Amino acid sequence: MDEQPVRPGRRGVLKALTLGVPGAWAVRTHAATREQDASQDKPAQGDHADHGKAGTARPLKFFNAEEAAAVDAIVARLIPADELGPGAKEAGVTAFLDEQLAGAWGSGDQFYRQGPFEPGTPEQGYQLSFTPAEMMRRGLASLDAAARKQDGKPYAELSAERQDEWLRQMQAGKADFSPLPSAVFFQALLEGTIEGFFADPMYGGNADMVGWKLVGFPGAYASFSNDIERHGARWDGQPVSIAMARPHVSGVKGGTHG
Amino acid sequence: MAKTLPAVDVAIVGGGWTGAIIGKELAAAGQRVVVLERGEARWPSPDFQGPNVHDELKYTRRHALHQNAATETYTFRNNTRQKALPMRRWQFAYPGTHLGGAGNHWSGAYYRFDPTDFNLRSHYNDRYGAKIFDEDLTSQDWPITYDELEPYFDRFDYLVGASGQAGNIKGQKQEGGNPFEPWRSRPYPNPPMKVPYAAALFGEAARGLGYHPYVQPSALVTRPYVNSEGLPMSACVYCGFCSNFGCEHFAKASPQVCILPVAMKLDTFELRTGTHVLRAELTEDKKRARGVTYVDASGEEVFQPAEIVVFCAFGINNVRLLLLSGIGKPYDPDTGEGVVGRNYTHQTTSGVNLFFDESIHINPFMGAGAVAVTMDDFSADNFDHGPLGFVGGGYIQIQVVSGAPIGYHPTPKGTPSWGSAWKQAVKRYYNHSASITITGSAQPTHGAYLSLDPVYKDAWGQPLLRITYDLPDNDIRLSAFLTQKGDEIGKAMKGVTATEPGPRKRPFTATAYQSTHLTGGAAMGDDPKTSVVNRYGQVWDVPNVFVTGAALFPQNSNYNPTATVGATAYWIVEKIKADYLRSPGPLVT
Repeated sequence: MDEQPVRPGRRGVLKALTLGVPGAWAVRTHAATREQDASQDKPAQGDHADHGKAGTARPLKFFNAEEAAAVDAIVARLIPADELGPGAKEAGVTAFLDEQLAGAWGSGDQFYRQGPFEPGTPEQGYQLSFTPAEMMRRGLASLDAAARKQDGKPYAELSAERQDEWLRQMQAGKADFSPLPSAVFFQALLEGTIEGFFADPMYGGNADMVGWKLVGFPGAYASFSNDIERHGARWDGQPVSIAMARPHVSGVKGGTHG
Repeated sequence: MAKTLPAVDVAIVGGGWTGAIIGKELAAAGQRVVVLERGEARWPSPDFQGPNVHDELKYTRRHALHQNAATETYTFRNNTRQKALPMRRWQFAYPGTHLGGAGNHWSGAYYRFDPTDFNLRSHYNDRYGAKIFDEDLTSQDWPITYDELEPYFDRFDYLVGASGQAGNIKGQKQEGGNPFEPWRSRPYPNPPMKVPYAAALFGEAARGLGYHPYVQPSALVTRPYVNSEGLPMSACVYCGFCSNFGCEHFAKASPQVCILPVAMKLDTFELRTGTHVLRAELTEDKKRARGVTYVDASGEEVFQPAEIVVFCAFGINNVRLLLLSGIGKPYDPDTGEGVVGRNYTHQTTSGVNLFFDESIHINPFMGAGAVAVTMDDFSADNFDHGPLGFVGGGYIQIQVVSGAPIGYHPTPKGTPSWGSAWKQAVKRYYNHSASITITGSAQPTHGAYLSLDPVYKDAWGQPLLRITYDLPDNDIRLSAFLTQKGDEIGKAMKGVTATEPGPRKRPFTATAYQSTHLTGGAAMGDDPKTSVVNRYGQVWDVPNVFVTGAALFPQNSNYNPTATVGATAYWIVEKIKADYLRSPGPLVT
């Protein structure tokens, strides 16, 4: 299995693309692995300076290299890295989406897909036949094709200003990605990005719990019995994640619910 | 050709609250009972243990305990002029699946219906005159009264270990309780829940405005408790993973915590999971059910003969089972004839978003599904409806359910939906926001009903249930009134810098979560022309079929349904035990 560490970031992506090595692109390490490693010898660092360090690379399951580059660029604009801390790209949202779209949810395991498909009223909700994975594949292709046509470059290579402008056009439904309404695609991207930024790190995003640290969410915390009536006190503990937990080992054999 | 199994006495469809209650009671009475649960067996241990159960993506976003929309959903339209289309993913409500059903992933908010919920039509007629009802409303009295049901409410209270401060014991008002509470025969078995900050601020403001806030009763126990079945429960720890989750602590009441371990020790009780019931099979004269046909986990069709069939599926799924079985006359909105599917309602929910200055640390993650300060000043008929011109009411509260941030990251209106400005607002407001929630009653109309969809089918080839529904003007006026009251309280709360009231608007949309309280369609009544079942949940036309759950409600109360669902299940099964088993046949003639 090709798990060769690859330096993350656009430079690495571009290099891989330039070299034309299929599958050479890989997103940064699975947060679970890193946190487990960290928990074994030292307390979690809580800084993100080590982002550039070569970690355990994670091969792509769903995206191709161009798609991954586009998603990296998109999520970096939706939740940017800024003075408040890392953004969605640094949080590993591309890896999160790659896992989700490659898995059961991406192929529509919770999505009623029988026809006939008709537009319906706004109150009847989503009525397209795309599964999440199909929508993402088509939407990314449409975006890159449109960006190449209008700006001469794929989305990932545009300036941040142009990238934002494309996102605004999509959100307003003005970009023509037919038959996929660009506003629907935009909404799916935004929801997926927010999920990846805030879901437990075991799913590949929210690396180092940066989403939770941004807002002050304690994560998979066990109990607030002693704190809930300390009104007005700010909770300032460190968050915990499922990803940090050691695998559940039960000494009980043949235990029942009874 | 279906495989036929040896006959049992009782086939129960669904392993949620009512199936567990009725199954256990009848098995203990010596009946051979099989409970057919379409989902998988799931238990607090090992299935819901921490930290893994604290997974918002899995349980809330990916619907781990919700009915799988891919295999079975509802179709929806606002009125009969539209073509119904399938809800391709869940948004408006979260019907449950797997053992315990919605009674496992619920929040535990625990209210009894008000006495006037049971005699709604006659009560409002008497107090305000018949004109208080808009012409389109088909609201009607229940066939039973609060007083008749009280002993069964009491019994369910002690099963779930309800926590709360009684406001009225046998007519005696109790200090510190809800002054509007209907009478109860005993105190709550456990004391009220702890109060989170946002709820306390709400209570303070509401009290200042002359209202009567109190701590919401809940089915999360507040201390170690041994329930009426002898099963142990533990105190809630306010972890904030309650609604949509299974409870790891044995604190939130559920069928698998409160009854099933006892039932499963009985030789006469069998739980059969992975069984998707297609229909009840009737005799040729359609006067009697022979049993039920289901598809097992491998896909094989199986016929389970039974003397009694009880539909205990998720609320309105029982209506679908009736329609698929050819039991009862389907409601026709054009003629007003027929009963199955009639009087479908949802619940008229709304809210007021509150934003605080940065000195107020809300800590929204310190909560539980049912931890709230609430008030009944505008519930039921606790206020003068005369000048207002609508029927029904609603409770107003702050409930701190969850701070899980995929779903909870409030920002004020006008905030960009992405980019650095969004990120900044999310950080600014996450710990300095709350929302007032308003849960209002819902009246049924001539045009709101359930039926089988003519086009769309489930994974087993059967028609989906079709929902035709829009909010009646009555409920729009109710929501405007209640939301305005909520906004006034919000504005009076300490530290609030902005309020955003959001009253419910027409048309009803299937794209926004409103509650999982889908009611009606198999109304209980005294008149076979306007009800599907009699006062004991027994189908008028097929007396060995019983129906339970929220499908029995002729209209929806402003209160959460589970206490009334549990109480009516006990009411029904006690009648079966006392009279039906001795002399099978119609219990009301």
